[in-house]
Amino acid sequence: MPFEPVILFFLLGLLAGIVRSDLKIPGVLYESLSIFLLLAIGLKGGIELARYPLGSLAGQALVVLAAATLIPLVAFATLRRLGRVPRADAASIAAHYGSVSVVTFAVAASFLGRLDVAYEGYLVVFLVLLEFPALLIGVILAQQADGQTRWGPMLQEVLSGKSIVLLVGGLLIGWLAGPEGIKPLDRLFIDLFKGILAFFLLEMGLVVASRLGDLRKAGAFLIGFGIAMPLTGAALGLVVGNVLDLSVGGSVLLATLFASASYIAAPAAMRIAIPEANPALSIGAALGITFPFNLLIGIPLYHDLAVRLAREI
Amino acid sequence: MAPKLHSRQLLTIICEADLERQLVTELHLLGVRGHTITDARGQGAHGDRDALWPTSANIRIEVLCETPVLDAVLNILEESYFKSYGLVAFVSEVAVLRAEKF
Repeated sequence: MPFEPVILFFLLGLLAGIVRSDLKIPGVLYESLSIFLLLAIGLKGGIELARYPLGSLAGQALVVLAAATLIPLVAFATLRRLGRVPRADAASIAAHYGSVSVVTFAVAASFLGRLDVAYEGYLVVFLVLLEFPALLIGVILAQQADGQTRWGPMLQEVLSGKSIVLLVGGLLIGWLAGPEGIKPLDRLFIDLFKGILAFFLLEMGLVVASRLGDLRKAGAFLIGFGIAMPLTGAALGLVVGNVLDLSVGGSVLLATLFASASYIAAPAAMRIAIPEANPALSIGAALGITFPFNLLIGIPLYHDLAVRLAREI
Repeated sequence: MAPKLHSRQLLTIICEADLERQLVTELHLLGVRGHTITDARGQGAHGDRDALWPTSANIRIEVLCETPVLDAVLNILEESYFKSYGLVAFVSEVAVLRAEKF
């Protein structure tokens, strides 16, 4: 199975963290790199968006959103029924898995680029759309838990959070400026993208290594969940991609979106909205298991399945 | 002539960075007139808060105020924060100039 070399940087970070190297990437750099990545992904999506009629996209977006609603619901039911996970924790974890990981998406796009597999550039719009509905579903699912729900601060946290502001802002700028308008910025936002992604993955390796202790708290059930859930999501994504007649590349990206779990927007929002949920569980599963799983095994696997599916049909 | 010093309470809160926006809004609603925030990292009951990424970062909030405002803030911390969040708060008595500011 082909793999994306940029993930070697992730493995390097992971290894450095495990051997307790003194390598540290300052928090400010993490912030700067994530701002760059979010903006660059938004811009690229915006440029692509300008090529498609918005009307036909709206229909696709509705189907994708409706299908994506299933993910937190299935996650919640599984955690509650099979795992006997407390309601607040189950709701918070469900929200993490329903929402999406921007970096996993970027690695999948880069994987496709390396294989010369084309994809619909407007899928970035779905990345934006899928970011927050699951967080609201998570809060609704948690409502019967003890404690009051803080809708206001939570909505503020999500909608004015940097991931939405930069992704949506980048999309709009890219869409308004078009490919010609963005050209002077290409060197920064397009050419440097992969290098910055490599840097960010190095940092994520360190972060994941620092969260490995959480896995002990999470227990065997959550570890299994962290692998089964992305597989379930990816299967749904491939089916939806097929129904919408997306290209193989588009289906792989949609499967990756459905398979990924958020660790930028969701942890901050859930911390405010469901205070009684233990963040070690949701972050341990989303970041400790699902993120590396998608990077190392998931993305090539979803590609393989999408190719087979396309051949069958 | 020696400058005139006034007694005030210095409240220091060390908590998860994710709480910043919510906690600061709450402090000001309770009558706090100013605050100082610095980034922090450390270790405690919630494990290693190494500030490698925003979710594992801490902040240190310092507030100068009078006793009634301090009591209101401490009550809110006890009611809504101590149970669910990584948060420590401690109080010391300090002397300030320009008492009307605090």
